Amino acid sequence: MPLRLLKYGLSRDYPVSGDIPATPDLKPAYDVVIIGGGGHGLSCAHHLAKYHGIKSVAVLEKAYLAGGNTARNTTTIRSNYITPEGIAFYKEGVELFERLSQELDFNVMFSQRGQLTLAHTEATMRSFHMRAEIGKHMGTRTEVVDQKGVEELCPLLNMDYGGPLEILGGLWHADGGTARHDAVAWGYAAQASRRGVEIHQRTEVQGFEVVGDRVQAVKTNRGRVACGQVLIATGGMNYDVALMAGVELPIRCYPLQAMVTQPLKPWLDTLVSSVSLHTYLVQSSRGEVVIGGGSDPYQLYSTRSTLDMKEHLAEGAVHLFPFLQGVRLLRQWAGITDMTPDYSPIMGASPLTNLWLDCGWGTWGFKATPVAGKRIAQTIAEGRVPDILKPFALERFETFRLLNEMGATAASH
Amino acid sequence: MKLLTCPMNGPRNIDEFQSFGPVRARPDPNATADGDWSRHLFRAENRKGIVVEWWRHVPSNYFFLAERDLVSNEIIRTFDASELRDHP
Repeated sequence: MPLRLLKYGLSRDYPVSGDIPATPDLKPAYDVVIIGGGGHGLSCAHHLAKYHGIKSVAVLEKAYLAGGNTARNTTTIRSNYITPEGIAFYKEGVELFERLSQELDFNVMFSQRGQLTLAHTEATMRSFHMRAEIGKHMGTRTEVVDQKGVEELCPLLNMDYGGPLEILGGLWHADGGTARHDAVAWGYAAQASRRGVEIHQRTEVQGFEVVGDRVQAVKTNRGRVACGQVLIATGGMNYDVALMAGVELPIRCYPLQAMVTQPLKPWLDTLVSSVSLHTYLVQSSRGEVVIGGGSDPYQLYSTRSTLDMKEHLAEGAVHLFPFLQGVRLLRQWAGITDMTPDYSPIMGASPLTNLWLDCGWGTWGFKATPVAGKRIAQTIAEGRVPDILKPFALERFETFRLLNEMGATAASH
Repeated sequence: MKLLTCPMNGPRNIDEFQSFGPVRARPDPNATADGDWSRHLFRAENRKGIVVEWWRHVPSNYFFLAERDLVSNEIIRTFDASELRDHP
């Protein structure tokens, strides 16, 4: 048996096939250079190659593919935001997830199981009514449910009747879901590679050659690359990379911590999130319960974890589902989030004419992987920002037209 | 837990404190263009390196300053706000 296996493995009839080719040599120039080999950058590369016929594309990744925030997020997909502009954008994102496995010919394990956000105070209930009405107006499935409704949707929840954290009701978002983050990034990378996009791992951007209002070339640890257009999509490093091009973004970096339990039998079939407890839970397709919360309380460029934040997450999870108390943690980690003042991303033009931004994704970027890639690719291909992205422009901070999503984002993801 | 040395209360657990972000010079309200106001409001220091930032010891409601490394998280020193006033 082992010999037969070995023979099969070494046979020329069955060559080794990988989804993503090994990193090739850097060419002197590309039409489009994408900085950041995470979900967003790879999604943009895929859309450029497939829908806009732009194949001279290099994705530069300083470490390995999709190992930053794409690997560290908690895979929440939803569109129950507050601003009409935000909802319109994220709604398109959810719709792209609904058909993503077909698009990529790769199973991204999208599970549209709905998201239940809990209110423990009347003030939260009022904000839920507002979000539900705006959500319905924008054509998403978002509604307020009462205590009975919460119990029906998630019978195992500790309602804490009469207690200090009694659940008064919830915001039920039937469009919400989750997907396998690695599969999303891998699927985009495989599709993009197949169409000629070059993916350069271990290729770190160290500076830009800026002449007038254009980026002439990108300087990397593997040499200089001239570029027609450049995109910055580097997650936690967005501030740092943009600064190398002389662009100072309104971003502050905070760690965001998460963890998973040991695998359990399926028992949680919705995403559950509590605003007051700063805790949210989802059971992954492997049975692990993924537990996340809000960002760390002070700025830091570090992916270190702290016991106090982990204890806080565990406390919230055990309060909502007391039977989790004996369950063990399997893994824990942190990512660096690039937070904007209004909890909305910064997409579109920069002060340099051929430098484009896909930044400020803070704690809310995974759900937008398909839609941001699609719309940024369109922006780069057409050389102008489509209407759906205009509200997210960097200029909004100069003109005081902020897109405040804090109430629909902080700790509820 | 990480300790922060409060100039008034001595070393305490860092969760007794609240961060108020990097120190920013207040613009002159009579001679500041809109662009500079937006910069003042929305752009805080975020370079990899050492920042001077406001902290509050919550139980005693005492505000003070700390120099901290944004990459290593080392707190280099803490000092009373009067020092900022005397040596801006």
